[in-house]
Amino acid sequence: MTGTPLLAVEALVKHFRLGHGRTVKAVNGIAFQIERGEALAVVGESGSGKTTVGRCVLRLIEPTSGAISFRGEDILAMTAEQFRARRRHLQLVFQEPYDSLNPRMRIGRILNEPLMLAGRGAPAVRVSRVHDLLDMVGLGRSFIDLYPHQLSGGEQQRVGIARAIATDPDLVVLDEPTSALDVSVRAEILDLLVDLQARLGFAYLFISHDLTAVRRVCQRVAVMYLGRIVETARTDDIFERPLHPYSRALLSSVLYPDPTREQERFLLTGEIPSPIDLPPGCSLYARCPWARPACDQSVPPLEALLPDRDVACFRAREENGIGTR
Amino acid sequence: MTVRALHAAAAEARNLVRFSRGRPGFLFGLGVVALTIFLAILGPRLAPYGPEEALPGVANLPPNHEHWMGTDISGMDVFSRVIAAPRIDLTIALVSTAAAFAGGVVLGVISGFFAGGHGIWGRLSSTIVRGADIFQAFPVFIFALALVGFRGPSIQNVIVALAFLNIPFFLRLTRGAVLHMRERPFVEAARCMGGSGLRIAFVHVMPNALTPALANLSPTIGFSILLASALSFVGAGVPIPTPEWGSMIAIGAPNMMTGQWWTALFPGLALGLTILGYALVGDGFRYYLDPVNRR
Amino acid sequence: MSGAKADGCVDALLEVRDLRVEYARSTGPVRVLDGVDLTITPGESLGVVGESGVGKTVLVRAILGLLDPPWRVVSGTVTYRGQNLLAQPEPTLRQLRGKDIALTTHEPRKHLNPVATIGEQMARVVQAHRQLSRTDARARAIELLRLVGIPDPELRLLAYPHELSGGMCQRVVIAMALAHSPTLLMGDEPTAGLDVTISLQILNLMRDLVRDFHSSLLLVSRDLGVVAHYCQRVAVMYAGQIVEVAAVPTFFAGAIHPYSRRLLRAAVAATSDRRGTLSSVGSRAERGGASCPYAPRCPLCIERCTREAPWLDRVAPAHWVRCFRHAEIAAGLEAP
Repeated sequence: MTGTPLLAVEALVKHFRLGHGRTVKAVNGIAFQIERGEALAVVGESGSGKTTVGRCVLRLIEPTSGAISFRGEDILAMTAEQFRARRRHLQLVFQEPYDSLNPRMRIGRILNEPLMLAGRGAPAVRVSRVHDLLDMVGLGRSFIDLYPHQLSGGEQQRVGIARAIATDPDLVVLDEPTSALDVSVRAEILDLLVDLQARLGFAYLFISHDLTAVRRVCQRVAVMYLGRIVETARTDDIFERPLHPYSRALLSSVLYPDPTREQERFLLTGEIPSPIDLPPGCSLYARCPWARPACDQSVPPLEALLPDRDVACFRAREENGIGTR
Repeated sequence: MTVRALHAAAAEARNLVRFSRGRPGFLFGLGVVALTIFLAILGPRLAPYGPEEALPGVANLPPNHEHWMGTDISGMDVFSRVIAAPRIDLTIALVSTAAAFAGGVVLGVISGFFAGGHGIWGRLSSTIVRGADIFQAFPVFIFALALVGFRGPSIQNVIVALAFLNIPFFLRLTRGAVLHMRERPFVEAARCMGGSGLRIAFVHVMPNALTPALANLSPTIGFSILLASALSFVGAGVPIPTPEWGSMIAIGAPNMMTGQWWTALFPGLALGLTILGYALVGDGFRYYLDPVNRR
Repeated sequence: MSGAKADGCVDALLEVRDLRVEYARSTGPVRVLDGVDLTITPGESLGVVGESGVGKTVLVRAILGLLDPPWRVVSGTVTYRGQNLLAQPEPTLRQLRGKDIALTTHEPRKHLNPVATIGEQMARVVQAHRQLSRTDARARAIELLRLVGIPDPELRLLAYPHELSGGMCQRVVIAMALAHSPTLLMGDEPTAGLDVTISLQILNLMRDLVRDFHSSLLLVSRDLGVVAHYCQRVAVMYAGQIVEVAAVPTFFAGAIHPYSRRLLRAAVAATSDRRGTLSSVGSRAERGGASCPYAPRCPLCIERCTREAPWLDRVAPAHWVRCFRHAEIAAGLEAP
């Protein structure tokens, strides 16, 4: 809130050209900010564009338009070379624990790579740093000589996390870090992420389709649908009272491991439309139980319905009983 | 470090032994490879007669006690030449294949990794692929004959011709594997770490893209022997007195009409069995190297 | 001896007894299923939960005789309506598949033929056990697609699988599975890879259809949440064996086996915001041998567990646990 935010994304757009004049409109005007040490979740299902946002922030994909500033610098204006020097401050944890590790490299070498590329001191210094990293993620030093296929999924993901924090980044983008893991391991990894953040003070951009997974880690949530943010809120607030119909549907679709838990199911009908043919108005129009004809006329803007609560829905105010002010 | 390497080598050897059990084709192939290597090293030494020595007065003798495979039209002992030939053939095959492998893999990695790119590297990639296309379309025999025309028949020329012939082959194998590999998350991770394109291509992607090329080393060696023989057969290969199966077949072929079958048959058999052996080893290795079958 | 038979006089529809399946590797065979016991009665929905690699898919394929080498059934029986399926010849099994017992997979797109239209594939399925004219087959296909909630089914008949979303593909697979009103539908992680809002639709669909057709449902899942809301009974798999079977309310209120409890705690922790302390547990287990497979990681392991393998013991009318110490755990004396 005070000073420049660590990451500021404005009017981010990414369209993929498919040929035959068709474009996949993956991201259609996103804006958000992350302060130092904060954890923001971007939640959405397939086609929401959340993965693309993450890749754009890391410049692994070049945005079609928009502005991204990191540590006060406009990173889209830099050349690839200039940005490469800054990559050590911006890291990524992948969704697939095994595929994100080079199958022919031992763990020690995998962890050494970012240190070497960042020019982190003599080999001895790096070895000791690798040991520290393994300790930090709860793996023993014996892991240095192992190959990725010799590790379990949870252990592989810990290595992925260790690699991401190796260069003391300011921002770690987490791309569905627990989706591919077994349930019994998920909570541990989430706890580890919380721990590391408390100790080392970096910020998180947590991308996920699972609202419950982000609950442990993030203070704020942005819900995406078909390339736009439809609601932003503090995590606790959105769990307590989701205002946007899509957020409500997402939350009510969670199957808690408790058969006695009564949940009012707020159901959306139909399928998620294709990001190639976006409707002219609100993208949820065809599936939304609150829809009125007016909703199909124009795209609802993201506006603050309550303090710290932005919602993009024409009907939200009325359906949630919030007075106009 | 070396202790670890020795342990790894011993484990691989054990794996290989276990793998060979129950695979008679693979064992046969290994036997052939071992025999040809042995002959390449000791063949000329063990030959009862000089491989290039034209003995007076014993031309065109059928197989008998003194000449187990008979003699050819110039009085040279066929057996001596058959067992001396591997040195030439294997040298040609090994050197040309190694050169083709090295060149093909490097070009394959570059053209695969930077395929579709916009900058210099992208254009380089397409150029390499076009070059390979042109090369493969070009009949190798014409190329070899042209070389011979320029520089005369020699072992070096054969090696160069074969190396150029096989580069596109390894190039395509590697390029395919690289195109596949570069989509994998760990490559993206390397980019995230700040690796440059070349570094990622050669340090991260290449080791994972070598398998197809490696699996085809052995069959290519066998095939190169065949090609060298074919070149010699048409006179674009090694110079005449040099013992080489192909040239032996060339010399002996006209004799078959007049009933002297031994001068062409024995080198032909040797050639056929050798190629079969190398191909079987290649097959086995392809299966062995497949990570699904490991561990 | 031991068996997971539901109590009462209800005849089991499908009974799996001591099923053992191996996977042959050059380094020696690996035991994937190590004595699985399961029972399903008509009209019930049973959930089979376990983590990845435990053998759930192998189990489902073994029941239908769909295991090819290097997998091999070593011993055991799979009794369906009095017949041991494992002893039946292939033609008999082929008659059974799709008509009596149907299967959906966790990769619907891979289950479908990428070079045939949906219409062609549906027609083939619909005509597999019945003689139908082309028009009748087409009509039936449209009817089934509509049943599973696919909009504009006539148009969809002309589509190829890659043109459909994951959720749609799964609906098509379900439609194919239900084409002949099977008595048993086996769903192998039907919502894997599907979005949350779509998953709910698919699960509701399966539940409703199974109810309407009076079929039984065997639902294989890694997700305890799915089982909690869509199954009546649950069986927990670990290291190729069933370690606990119970009715869903009983299980979630008080599971007994230490592994079940650990799974439950982890599932709850993964969906809550409260920080907890969970000890790290590796996912690989030793199989076979005369000891409890969970012993190395069990906080309640005693000497007996390392030299004797526990059996599936009945602790209550419809509750079975594979643990020597179940009585103490149930009495609340030990809390793993």
